Amino acid sequence: MAADSLSRVFSALADPTRRDMVARLTVGDATVNELAEPYDVTVQAVSKHLKVLEDAGLVSRSRQAQRRPVHLEAEVFDLMTKWIERYRRQAEERYRRLDDVLRSMPDDSKPIPPHKGAPR
Amino acid sequence: MTTTTHETQIIADADVPLVRIIREFDAPPEKVFRAHTDPELIARWQGPRRHEMRIEHYDCRTGGSYRYLHVSDGNEFGFHGCFHEVRPAELIVQTFTYEGFPDGVALERIVFEDVGDGHTRLTATSLVDTFEGRDAFVASGMEEGVREGYERLDELLAG
Repeated sequence: MAADSLSRVFSALADPTRRDMVARLTVGDATVNELAEPYDVTVQAVSKHLKVLEDAGLVSRSRQAQRRPVHLEAEVFDLMTKWIERYRRQAEERYRRLDDVLRSMPDDSKPIPPHKGAPR
Repeated sequence: MTTTTHETQIIADADVPLVRIIREFDAPPEKVFRAHTDPELIARWQGPRRHEMRIEHYDCRTGGSYRYLHVSDGNEFGFHGCFHEVRPAELIVQTFTYEGFPDGVALERIVFEDVGDGHTRLTATSLVDTFEGRDAFVASGMEEGVREGYERLDELLAG
């Protein structure tokens, strides 16, 4: 299911270590050992994180090469970012209209004398 | 008078199926709150741009309810919910249901926070019951190309 795929990408990127690893991979492919270096964690722990990223489709590992370098699937990553960005932009558009509405409203700080027969 | 344009911040939580939007406004909480409760004001900003927002009723107080329609090219999309807790210039807790999917419901919490100088920080959180629902919710916020987007993601993930 598509929605489920998106969920996996969301949750894969929710972890700070995995986000870090993705950031590292934007520079270029890296082996598991290279990815493990900056962290105070075991290679096994890094492999677990990689599995989550792999299941989400965010990274792939070459089957042929001996070192099996990890490769970032940049397109999946960009698409996800774009989706969130579009949602954000839509909210932003709505709130810019709200900015205009707020500007057009009378100032609340001035006490308004009670007004019989005024609407609402 | 400040006319700053503020950035809208979006948070899609990984552990809980929620979306949170944070935005600041150059107006005090009382005013921002009123723009969220007065039907005439709501209709001016809340609906998607290409839809007409037709409010049937909007009784924004604790125990009240609302129903409105988005109308576009002769198609009507109904939405309704009830207000569970409303505290002027502070808080609105409400439910939200798209009538095309009546079993689904989101719990929404809108917090109006006074950040001084007549400014307000608005935090709107939508909690749904499944991650699929949340992601569909995020996707439904997009006007076009949603299906294509999903298809493209499907293709990418399958490839």
